[in-house]
Amino acid sequence: MYFDSVADALAMSGHGVFVWGAYSISFVIIFFVLLRPVMSIRTLNAGIRQEALRKQSAQVAQQNAS
Amino acid sequence: MWRIIHQFGSPPWVYRFCDKVIPWLMPITIVALLGGSVWGLLFAPTDYKQGDSYRIIYIHVPAAVVALAGYYVMALAGLVSLVWRVKLADTAMRAAAPIGAAYTAIALITGAIWGKPTWGAWWVWDARITSMLILFFLYVGVIALFEAYENKTVAARACAILSLVGTVNIPIIYKSVDWWYSLHQPASIKFTGSSAIDASMLYPLLGMIITFYALFALLMMLNLKQSLTEEYAQSAWLNKRLAA
Amino acid sequence: MTEARDIDIFRYCRSQTVRHLMLMVRSPSEVVNPLLFFLLVIVLFPLGLGPDPEQLSILAPGILWVVALLSNLMICMRLFVDDLEDGSLEQLAMARVPLSIAVLPQLLASWLASGLLLSLVSPIFGLMLGLPLEVASVLVVSLLMGTAIMLLLGAVGAALTVGVQRGGILLALLILPLYVPILIAGTRALNEALQGGDPTVALALLGAGVTGGLLLAPLAIAAGLRVSLEL
Repeated sequence: MYFDSVADALAMSGHGVFVWGAYSISFVIIFFVLLRPVMSIRTLNAGIRQEALRKQSAQVAQQNAS
Repeated sequence: MWRIIHQFGSPPWVYRFCDKVIPWLMPITIVALLGGSVWGLLFAPTDYKQGDSYRIIYIHVPAAVVALAGYYVMALAGLVSLVWRVKLADTAMRAAAPIGAAYTAIALITGAIWGKPTWGAWWVWDARITSMLILFFLYVGVIALFEAYENKTVAARACAILSLVGTVNIPIIYKSVDWWYSLHQPASIKFTGSSAIDASMLYPLLGMIITFYALFALLMMLNLKQSLTEEYAQSAWLNKRLAA
Repeated sequence: MTEARDIDIFRYCRSQTVRHLMLMVRSPSEVVNPLLFFLLVIVLFPLGLGPDPEQLSILAPGILWVVALLSNLMICMRLFVDDLEDGSLEQLAMARVPLSIAVLPQLLASWLASGLLLSLVSPIFGLMLGLPLEVASVLVVSLLMGTAIMLLLGAVGAALTVGVQRGGILLALLILPLYVPILIAGTRALNEALQGGDPTVALALLGAGVTGGLLLAPLAIAAGLRVSLEL
């Protein structure tokens, strides 16, 4: 490691707020851009599976009736 | 050769491809992103002129580079969709726009934060930052135009034309902003400039640029998969695949 | 229409230009309003910045160009709206003349009624902002070319947004970033002239912009109109 201690690394000779701030904001943006499609795919897939199940059970019910 | 090109136009094939690649690209990218940041933050030496604030470079420059490249990816997809009417190219173009906007936002925000300790001001009308701001508006314009149309097929074609017009204009905008800046530039303000950058600083930077490209590819695939799931929710191939 | 097969494109363009000009003469407010807007905004600047003529003359090139940009935006917002509503745009797209050429008469007419007029009266506005009379020629020439490029680029945006509800703000978002090089070259020409330098480089770049715009923009405009008409 380039720095002597954790405190040094956090302080970055006085520029710590800027450096760590820039990195954390960037990671927050990246996190949300990543999360959006992942969550969306999950809900969409759940909807499709549910629809398939509903169709299946409707079919079974129809067969039972006849 | 033609078979490969044909496959890129086939939604089931692309969906399967994304499905296969994402599970290993996602962890690799995240690990590389964290590793590269740690390398840049903690292991790279300090810049003798700017001190430790220069460490923002490892996120600012990769974001800026890939943001510009992303516009060309989007425009290329637009061209393919206009000329060959490949529906999937529309989807790819729509997938690229928000990623590019996020990258330009990262570049702008980190640039502003970097500016404070370096130049003493949050915002300086530096040529590169100004160009990046205009690029951000170009991305936002494409997204806004897409949202404005009810009919999404028409929206995609409109966006394709707009992104092509933007592509022709981007070099002109960059050149003109450089030219504008060279006239007004106070001599003291300058980035790292053309001076040779030491290998111990260069390698983490190159690593981060590659990582940001990988992240762009990953986000593209995720967005593509999301759009395809939305579009083909009723189709047999997707239902079969999800049931398995 | 027996000889419809070989339409004389120049005659077609001439008659169309005259038609569009006649339309504008019949509704003069569309010609006058952008000019009034230009004047009004220019009046606002001394009120906001203070009446000091020296300070104003430093800022004048920027003010004039930004306001020219905005009034051009207003013209672009109206560009294809009426033609879409009364269906003449659709006829234009179906006509034998290629759409990319068929739109040129309207652009020419709009430019004559807006860009040309604005450039010719701009020295008056320049004087109001404390610009010396010596740079009037550079102001007029640069605005003549600048308004032409702005209209060509703006027409691309107008073609893409004409079918959209409330497309005005969207149009501004789409094309203002593309106007940046024009603004830079135009103000550069004026500033060079003001400081006794050589404005020809900036003017030549504007001229290159007009040529390039005339070559490429009609294609994009035609493609954009086809999208808006959903053809």
